[in-house]
Amino acid sequence: MEVRSMHFKARAGAAAADKALQAKLSTAKGLFVEGRKRAVAEIDLEATREASKAIRDTCLADLDVWLERFEQEATKRGGRVLWARDGAEICRLVVDIARRHGVKKAIKSKSMLSEEAGLNAALEAAGVEPVETDLGEYILQINGNEHPSHIIAPAIHKTKEEVAELFERVHHRPRKTDIGEMTREAREMLRAHFLSADMGISGGNFLVAETGSVALVTNEGNGRMVTTLPRVHVVITGVEKVIPTLEDLATLMRILPRSATGQTISNYFSVLTGTKRPGDTDGPEHHYFILVDNGRVGLVGSDFQDMLRCIRCAACMNHCPVYQTIGGHAYGWVYPGPMGAVLTPLYVGIENAIELPHAATLCNQCGVVCPVKIPLPDLMRKLREQQVERGLRPWGERAALRLWSWLARHPGLYALAAKLGVRYLNWLAEGEDRIRVMGIAPSWTAGRDFPAPEGRTFRELYKTNRRDR
Amino acid sequence: MKVGLFVTCLVDLMRPRIGFAALRLLEAAGCEVVVPASQTCCGQPAWNSGDRRAARLLAEKMIAEFEGCDYIVAPSGSCVGTIRTHYPELFADDAAWLERAAALGSRTYELADFLATVAKLDKLPGDFTGTVTYHDSCSGLRELGVKAQPRALLAKLPGVTLTEMNGAEECCGFGGTFSVKFGEISARLAEKKCENMRASGADAVVLGDLGCMLNIEGKLRRLGDERTQVLHIAEVLAGEA
Repeated sequence: MEVRSMHFKARAGAAAADKALQAKLSTAKGLFVEGRKRAVAEIDLEATREASKAIRDTCLADLDVWLERFEQEATKRGGRVLWARDGAEICRLVVDIARRHGVKKAIKSKSMLSEEAGLNAALEAAGVEPVETDLGEYILQINGNEHPSHIIAPAIHKTKEEVAELFERVHHRPRKTDIGEMTREAREMLRAHFLSADMGISGGNFLVAETGSVALVTNEGNGRMVTTLPRVHVVITGVEKVIPTLEDLATLMRILPRSATGQTISNYFSVLTGTKRPGDTDGPEHHYFILVDNGRVGLVGSDFQDMLRCIRCAACMNHCPVYQTIGGHAYGWVYPGPMGAVLTPLYVGIENAIELPHAATLCNQCGVVCPVKIPLPDLMRKLREQQVERGLRPWGERAALRLWSWLARHPGLYALAAKLGVRYLNWLAEGEDRIRVMGIAPSWTAGRDFPAPEGRTFRELYKTNRRDR
Repeated sequence: MKVGLFVTCLVDLMRPRIGFAALRLLEAAGCEVVVPASQTCCGQPAWNSGDRRAARLLAEKMIAEFEGCDYIVAPSGSCVGTIRTHYPELFADDAAWLERAAALGSRTYELADFLATVAKLDKLPGDFTGTVTYHDSCSGLRELGVKAQPRALLAKLPGVTLTEMNGAEECCGFGGTFSVKFGEISARLAEKKCENMRASGADAVVLGDLGCMLNIEGKLRRLGDERTQVLHIAEVLAGEA
């Protein structure tokens, strides 16, 4: 996917004024946030978070070992494990597989890796028709290949009415207003694709090393169709998704649906192992795993390894005040919200996503809800440090910070500067208790007043008061 | 009990009366209060901007100035959060400084936390009358666990009725330099906070951080609300509101 994160500031500014967007986001937020709260109350949350973190850390500590184990076990059961360094390699491998098996149509269940790679465009260019079957992804695909704005609710930025209008236009059927009826209509449209596709492409929530299985967490049932109906099934997932055992999977499944959608368990939960065996009524004849690096391997052993624990639940964005104000598109790449503010610069280059690590108040709402305890604000702060070290911050900001920190180390001069600063601000207030336009920080006063200082600094007053005593 | 009052740079500049209110409360709790004259800033802006070197120099200054005190108290959750939570990260590669930083951190308290937990102040000079709602600042709440303490103190004032607003724990949008780097988002978040506050019907919002205070007051006034007061908990408790 093309990286547009450099335009964050302009797009976020526009989105911040979009109250219709915020209304849509807040409906979903209510659902996800309240749902999560109820669902995590059913378990010992802190113990489960700690256990989940430990499982993910164990894998990451010996990632190569677990991946090799996975490869052995999956191969034993008829699968083929392929490795992709980046998005271009994902596309090349999938197109090769499609050619080898004479594939004309590929049905897809949700995969963010497919977004990273821009796979749909590559398939189309190779003469393979990609069909998204996750309802949200389907809506976006028929709307001119729009990008998702949320990792588990890709069309969260659309209202029911917008979708009704889209369906009427694309499906050429009378407009429906009921969500159930609209869903049924989409199912009817997709049914023919499910039955005629030669290849299914899915993501994977976890790879289980001991059995060579892929675990899929879905709610619509499309994942089962994609992974069992066509004769070829391709799983595309990041190398960091491997976990050692089925026991570990059980632990992580206690926390993933609860954190994501507030469900005790998702509607469908599949553990797919091996190809179709003699006597099986369904399942793919050919089973491929494309395990992807695309920036992940470089994070192992780095300051940012914690980020690889991520299990893609989206709780961080559901609880993020900034995401809830601007939505996912402003972030300019595949992953929005706090996890995107960390992952995007790491995967596409710090210099290509300068604003993202700063697009947070560091309120740590994301950190406290993360099911695998990723210290997201700390990682954003570390990215900010790297920007400073590499001289990537704007000149004015660097100069201001340098001057301020120098003054703060020279109390006498600092006191004088504070005294003058306060008088300057009071002059700007023109005798009122507030500053309405502040030239040195126009973006503050564009949307708010700036309260005027009292008049003298604490330091000045304290000196006088103490002399009085 | 010798308590070092860390006034904080925003109180020094913008609201000295909060510094004096804090001083009065600490003295009412029987503390011997010292206010080191050379104090400036804890280094939080540098730390959050990614300037580790500047943050470390200011942290060293802060530690040297205050480590002679039994306790260090500041009327700000985010400054205390910086000292308690983040100083150790700054000195992770320097055992001697790390020990000093950790020792200082363990004795550093947010004002309401200190008054409720350590000083156990019972008789408060405050005489505020009205309905108030408390805004939990992010650092105070999520770094320091300041939640029940300010509410318990407010409950000791006979004239005060505490009412909870929706989203009390949600960020007001200040976020330090975020408030000017992303002014539109910041102001929009402040607006949501103001809507929740006003829906609570409170006469005043009480809080413990200057950043939130400037942000919320600025937004309320811009929205044309001249009635709702924005008060620091020190002012309310000390009877200077």
